[in-house]
Amino acid sequence: MSRTTLSQKTLSGNTQGELWHDHNHDGIDRRGFLKCMAWAGTGAFCVIRGGVLHSYGMSRLAELDPKEMAGELSFAQISDSHMGFNKPANPDVAGTLKAAVDKINGLAVAPEFLLHTGDISHLSKPGEFDTVEQILKDAKPKDIFYVPGEHDVLDDDGKQFLERYGKGSKGAGWYSFDKKGVHFIGLVNVLNLKAGGLGSLGHEQLEWLEDDVKHFKHSTPIVVFAHIPLWSVYPEWGWGTEDSARAHSYLKKFSSVTVLNGHIHQTMQKVEGNVTFHTAASTAFPQPQPGKADSPGPMKVPAEQLKSVLGITDVNFVRGKQALGVVDSTLE
Amino acid sequence: MRRSVFVAVSIALAALGIGTIRAGAKNPRVVDEQKAQSAEVKIDNFSFGSPELTVSVGTTVTWTNRDDIPHTVTSSDDPKVFKSKVLDTDEKFSFTFTKAGTYPYFCSIHPKMTAKVIVQ
Repeated sequence: MSRTTLSQKTLSGNTQGELWHDHNHDGIDRRGFLKCMAWAGTGAFCVIRGGVLHSYGMSRLAELDPKEMAGELSFAQISDSHMGFNKPANPDVAGTLKAAVDKINGLAVAPEFLLHTGDISHLSKPGEFDTVEQILKDAKPKDIFYVPGEHDVLDDDGKQFLERYGKGSKGAGWYSFDKKGVHFIGLVNVLNLKAGGLGSLGHEQLEWLEDDVKHFKHSTPIVVFAHIPLWSVYPEWGWGTEDSARAHSYLKKFSSVTVLNGHIHQTMQKVEGNVTFHTAASTAFPQPQPGKADSPGPMKVPAEQLKSVLGITDVNFVRGKQALGVVDSTLE
Repeated sequence: MRRSVFVAVSIALAALGIGTIRAGAKNPRVVDEQKAQSAEVKIDNFSFGSPELTVSVGTTVTWTNRDDIPHTVTSSDDPKVFKSKVLDTDEKFSFTFTKAGTYPYFCSIHPKMTAKVIVQ
């Protein structure tokens, strides 16, 4: 009974200011404390100033001082458009995607490009992809970089996605590019998922990643983006990537690494040493915070864990050892 | 003549009934499936309704997705014994099990969703 109530509460988007607790079992040495936030919104605006990435929830950008938005490079992340979804949680996902585009176009400082972190479509139907492309044509930034979500590779192992968005990419669609001294890496972790498992990068992609970053100076800011979180948000619901630790091992040497994901339909941030993890909100519909509802997944939340994610409104944040830790800004 | 046919049929039905009851005492679930030769699994709340379903050889199992989110029914074996197309809300997938054995499966979109069919 109480679970049902919680589920309804979180689904209504009442996620602001609540703390998500660490469930990380990825074996990475944790030098910093965690700062985790969740707020309702439709995407994220990111600006890099002095090599440090600042991220802002799209829903409250109107309140932001344009000075805060200026930097060496800015871009916007959108995610989880789920075009084709038409259930009560949001019967008009096209409308909310358009609203996200309007917000992007209304920014005082126009982002140089967009990242879409997957689940463009709901059922991998060509018409769904077409609709998203049509809506995004109205966005001021003309460069859009995509990675697939599991909803984009249904029934065809990602063939259609690769045809549409994979030009110049490697393997199942991974790639990297450079913008103003920042190295961006798009990864694919939604294919070849194993029974009972999590998101998966696979050996071939990891080999490529190791090679891709080998020649960069340690001071190069790195931004990695993929659909399923590359950190263990909540493995019980499949919200993590089984071989992400190996990916992180190749990125450890860099003083500033930012990891951007979607998939969980809510924003969260975590700082772990020199690596900052962000997940973006969906443009389509919210999902409950980890452990705060019966689904997704058959997992039942133990009573003591449930308490730990309830009613906590403040968090600790100690910047990692590296000088170029990430500054989080929530507009709050 | 008519009466004797009726009696014979009645005896036959009674014998069948007794047989069913006897087998049922050993393993009622198996017998139920034998009778129907079909079984259903509902997908709800990101989980398969029967984590472990036992059926007899020849049973057709039908899965129905009752979630707002699409799922698949995908054999975990290599090579895969069965694999549904993606099932949107209320869509169904059926598979007839013709050989005894244990058939683990999962949702290839949400691989934390796992279950199995045991065919006897």
